[in-house]
Order: sequence, then C-alpha cells, then structure tokens
Amino acid sequence: MLTLMIFLPLVGFVINGTLGRFLPKAISGWLGTAAVFGSFIIALMSFMDLTGDTTMPERIYTKLFTFLHVGNFHVDFAFQFDRLSAVMTLIITGIGTLIHMYSIAYMHEDDGFYKFFAYLNLFIFNMLVLVLGSNYLMLFFGWEGVGLCSYLLIGFWYKNASYGKAARKAFIMNRIGDLGLLMGLFLIYDTYGTFEYQDVFRLVFVGSVESNAVNTAIALLLFIGAMGKSAQIPLYTWLPDAMAGPTPVSALIHAATMVTAGIYLVIRSEAIYALSPIAREVVMWIGLATSIMAALIGLKQNDIKKVLAYSTVSQLGLMFIALGCGAYTAALFHVITHAFFKALLFLGSGSVIHGMHHEQDIRHMGGLRKKMPLTYITFLIGTLAITGFPFLSGFFSKDEILVSAFAHNKLVFALALISAGITGFYMFRMFFVTFHGTYRNSHHAYDKVHESPLLMTLPLLVLAVLSVVGGAVNLPHYLGEGISGILHHTLSYDGGGKFSPILMYPEHMPEIEHTTEWLLLAMAVSVFVIAFLYTRNKYVTQAAVPESDEAQAGMGKVLANKFYVDEAYDTAFVSPIEAAGDVVGTYVDDKGVKGLVDGFGSGSNFISRLLSKIQNGNIEYYLVYMVIGVALLLAFNLF
Amino acid sequence: MSILNIFNQVEISHYIYLSTVLFAIGLFGVLFRRNAIILLMCIELMLNAVNLLFTAFSSYMGDADGQIFVFFIMVVAAAEAAVGLAILVLVYRNTRKTDVSFLDQLKG
Repeated sequence: MLTLMIFLPLVGFVINGTLGRFLPKAISGWLGTAAVFGSFIIALMSFMDLTGDTTMPERIYTKLFTFLHVGNFHVDFAFQFDRLSAVMTLIITGIGTLIHMYSIAYMHEDDGFYKFFAYLNLFIFNMLVLVLGSNYLMLFFGWEGVGLCSYLLIGFWYKNASYGKAARKAFIMNRIGDLGLLMGLFLIYDTYGTFEYQDVFRLVFVGSVESNAVNTAIALLLFIGAMGKSAQIPLYTWLPDAMAGPTPVSALIHAATMVTAGIYLVIRSEAIYALSPIAREVVMWIGLATSIMAALIGLKQNDIKKVLAYSTVSQLGLMFIALGCGAYTAALFHVITHAFFKALLFLGSGSVIHGMHHEQDIRHMGGLRKKMPLTYITFLIGTLAITGFPFLSGFFSKDEILVSAFAHNKLVFALALISAGITGFYMFRMFFVTFHGTYRNSHHAYDKVHESPLLMTLPLLVLAVLSVVGGAVNLPHYLGEGISGILHHTLSYDGGGKFSPILMYPEHMPEIEHTTEWLLLAMAVSVFVIAFLYTRNKYVTQAAVPESDEAQAGMGKVLANKFYVDEAYDTAFVSPIEAAGDVVGTYVDDKGVKGLVDGFGSGSNFISRLLSKIQNGNIEYYLVYMVIGVALLLAFNLF
Repeated sequence: MSILNIFNQVEISHYIYLSTVLFAIGLFGVLFRRNAIILLMCIELMLNAVNLLFTAFSSYMGDADGQIFVFFIMVVAAAEAAVGLAILVLVYRNTRKTDVSFLDQLKG
C-alpha cells in the first residue's frame, strides 16, 4: 500500500510525460489529479490504520531494495509511514489534489498542459519520497527531486528569459543550502555510521558521542539545508522570484508543501536539535529576523503574488521561531494551517489574475468584490485566517507559537508579535486594494472581468472551509482537555512506552499562568484589530492607492526595493563571480587551455608531417628500415 | 673416407661464417640493387644461407628436424620465386622496366 501511495504520482508522471501530447487535455489533467487523489485516499486509510489501532507498531515500514551497498556502507531504498510522515503526506496529497484540479481550469489554454501535469505529478512523487523515506539519504533524494521540479515549474513558461533566470536563481540558491545539508549528512554518517533515522536517533539518544559539539555541527549544517529550501535569511531571495511560475505552482510548491521541507527536516531531527541549545538559538533568531524582514518588505509590494510570497517567507520564519523554542508541535501545526490558508490565498490570487486577464499589479485592480463574489469571500476568509482573526485556524497556530516564544524569551515574543502584526497590515492592504474601491485598469474593461469557472472556485471553497476549521487539529487547552492538542498527542504518542515516539524528548506545554495567557491572546487580537482598522481607514474610507514606483521615498523606497538585498548579493557575489569568470574565460580558457589543446593538435600535425616523409613509397627504403629494426631487436635481445 | 666424413670434419663455426657471409651478401643485394630480378636472386641467396645453416646444425646435433625445415623453406622459396617472377613479368609489361625504384605508388 505504501509503495502504491508513493508510486501512483510517478505513474501519472510517466504516462503524462510520454503519452501526454497525444492525450486530450481533459484526460491528461484528470489523470494527473486522479493519481494524486489516489495517493491521498491511501494515505488517509493508512493514517486511520496507524492511529486507530493501538496494537499497530509505531510505523509502517517497507523496504523495496538495497539502494547502495559498498563495504560497510549500506543504505536501503525504504519507506516508513509514521505519524509525522503521515501528517505531511496528508497535506501534500490533499492540497495537491485540490491544486491539480484547479490547474485543469487555470492552465486550459496552455500548450504545455500535459507537461505541466507531468511535472506536478513528479513533484508530488519527490515530495512523498522526501517525507516518507526511512533514512537521510532518501530524504536527500526527494530533497533534490523537489528542487529539480521547482526549477522546471518556475521556468515553465521558458520562452520568457526572465522567468528562466528566476528558475536558475531558485536552483542555485537551493544548491547552496543543499551543500550544507549534504555536509550534515556526511557528518551524521561519519559520527553514527548509519543514515537510518531510527538507528541515528537511538545512538544520539543514548549519547554515543563524547562531545556534543558534533551534534551542534550536524544541527547547524542541516539547518543550512533548511534555510535554502524553506527560504530563510540569507537564502530567501529565490522564493519571491519563484512567483514567475504559474500560480498553482506557487500555491503548491512555494507555499503549501516544498518550502515546509526544511521544517520537516528539523522536526524529524528533533533528537539532534534537542541536544544543541546553540543550534536552536540560531534557528530561532534567524527565523525571527526572516519573519520581520519579509513582513516589512511585504508592506510595500504591489504584485499580488509577491505580497503572498513575502508573507510565506515571513510565516516560515514564524515556524522556525517555534522550532527554535523547541515547540515542534506548534511549528507543525502552523505548517498545516499555513498550508490551508496560503494555498487558498494563492489560488484566490490565481483566480483574480485569471479573471483580470493576467494582470498582477494590485494598483490596476480594485472593486473586484462585485465581479468575483466567490473569490472575494474565500479570499476574505484566507486573509482573516492568516492575520489571526479569532477562532480561525491561523489564530490558534500563530497563538501557540507566540505562547511558546513568550515562555522562552520575552524579547523574542515581542518581536514575533510585531511580525505577526505586520502580517495584518500587508494582507489587509492587499485585500482592500484588490477587492474594494474602484476599478483602476485601463487595459481591460470592467465588464470583461469575470468570475472563474467552478473547477477553480470549488478548491477555493474546500480550502476556505479548511482554513476556518483547520485549527481543530490542535486546539489550545483552554477550550477543554478532551478536544485539545490532537496533533500534540499524535506526535508524542509512544504506545504506552512500547516504542519511541516521533519526538524523543517529551514536549512540555509551556507553563504559564492563565491570566498571562489571556493577556497574550488579547495582545494578539488587539494587534489584529489595529491592523484591520488602520488599513480599512486608509484604503477603503480614504480610498488610497499605493503610490507608483517613482513616488516612493525614504523607508518606503527601501522596503519597495526589498532592502536592496538582491542588489547587495549582486555586488557581493554575482558580479565578482562573473568578473572572475571573465578573467578565467579570457586568460585561462582562451589562452591557456585552448592554447594547450591547440598545441597538441598542431604539434601532432607537425610530427606526422615529419614522419610521413619516411613513407616515400620506395621499397628499398622500407627494407632498410626493416633491417635496422630487426638489427635493433637482435641487439636488444643479445645485450 | 667418405665424403660425408669430410663434411663432418669441417668445424661448425666455418659453416656459420659462410652462411653469415652469404646472408649478408643477399641482404645488401636486396638493399642496394634496383633490378627486381637481382632482388629476387638475393632473396633466394638469403634463404639458402639459412638453409645451409639449418643443415649444418642438423648434422652437428644429429637431429633431422633442421633438414625437414629446409625442405619446407625450399618449397616456400619456389612458390615465392614463381609469384615474384609473375609479378615481375606484369610490371615489365606495364613499365618496360625491371627497376623497382620506379614503383613508389605507396608513398605516404
């Protein structure tokens, strides 16, 4: 079953990738969707099996074959379906199915329709390998696979050169992170002699290494990998550029699934991180810095997808704060709710872009509320969920992160609260400017703006419902002991001590007083209210429109230009490398290597001309040579 | 004293000297003469120098193997001479010469 679950999307990829061009669009689209939906159904059934039956082992394990076997080095091509993998699998395949369905309508005019679905299926397959592999090498396999699919899908409209550049940027930045991950894996193997999760964590748990420094090094190196994939400072700049891909790709890869791979990696390696407070501090502060910085940049972006992209980076930062505080459940909880509402928001923005005939600048939108009622309602729900409207999914998950931050460090809490508050500002700004006010586009008449077809709005409705009730997977304890903390119990379940749970070290709910907790809640809600009222006043009552790029000044200009990080990277890394490339190209390659190679060519040419003189066609010369040769051979043998 | 005994009384080294000289004459003839007929004759001379050496050693060692080889060589030499002369006749018909330096079509 596990094998079928993983390989269904691969089958979809192979069929669409080979026969896709001969199939009608409807068949190839629904085929891709069905493959992922099949995986989802199997995942759901396996999850029920795993959690419903207390006699079940801690994981379903399938070994397909021996991946590598060289001397003592042994790696199996094996999968494990445990509670953490199960949660990730459900998100990937569940949201994946909705997005596939949505893509059938969104991409219906595209020539590369079958190719798009082939890539999406391949992506789902790689993502499943990433979360379901039973050892670090399988994770790496999936990790590289999703990186490749991300590249393929960002550059899907390859005829546009700048999209191709965005794809390459994503690929290269991920490579930098992957190097860290790879070194982390080498260090794990060097230290513990195995890649299997269970063996590694058991060895870590019993403390088989004398010095804890190596655990810190492993944790930090793995985190570098997570930085690349989950878009944290300093490797985050690829994610906003990745918006060059079709919108469903942004929703699937760059919001709901692939970027959470870094979070998954850290949660999976909890046993290692638990031993290294330093690494956790690093994770937390980097998450915090990323969260605030991305949120600030988001305030001044005018591309509807760019705002969402920076919002994703910011939310990922929040998740890393939770990981740094040791609140793994809170982080995974936010991964789940974020997957719901960010997929919703991205698909909603896709619906807007579709209805607006590929217009992405919110300054050219406005007043879409009446034209696209379904998109409007669902987008509103998504916005409310991400900004922390009470009792929607984002409220609970964000609150849990804030509470654990408060228990860990008051300063971190304050900064995280600010970051969460800014979320409200940029989300409502975008929301009001897009859907309220008056229509401001001169290219397309207002009458031509249309609501999207049912195939696109249906996933929006499903995701909207999930965004509302998604908090149910881990309700806070003050709502009642019986229904709260489901996710927490899932991750900490140890079968009555029969086996080790996902989290080796029991996770304690932060011990804070009830009054303090209510105070924190009140602060979160009031930040939300302030953001809502301020943006509503500015963009609805005063009907302000974000200024044009030229009119930016002061801090706004810095933010609109994303803190000039891209320019700084250009100056610090790209230009020197290009200059060095020029030098190497001119002197080493053109003069050195080319000269050497040409020298070999002309040298052998010269020698062969010289030697060909010997072959002059006169037999007696040949005979002389032969006699000389025989004489030499004889002489050689005699002496 | 039969004639065989006379041969046996000559020392083996004299046979070696003789055949070496014959072989060298043949070799230098091949190398430095241009006339194809003389070339063929010189090759024959070299082969017979070797034959002489074979029989001399055969007699010296009391072993008949060497003489068997001589027969083989004579057969091959006859065939070679036949083929060589046939080629020579054709060359002569085409070029009206028997000078091998004229044949340099295999130039590299």
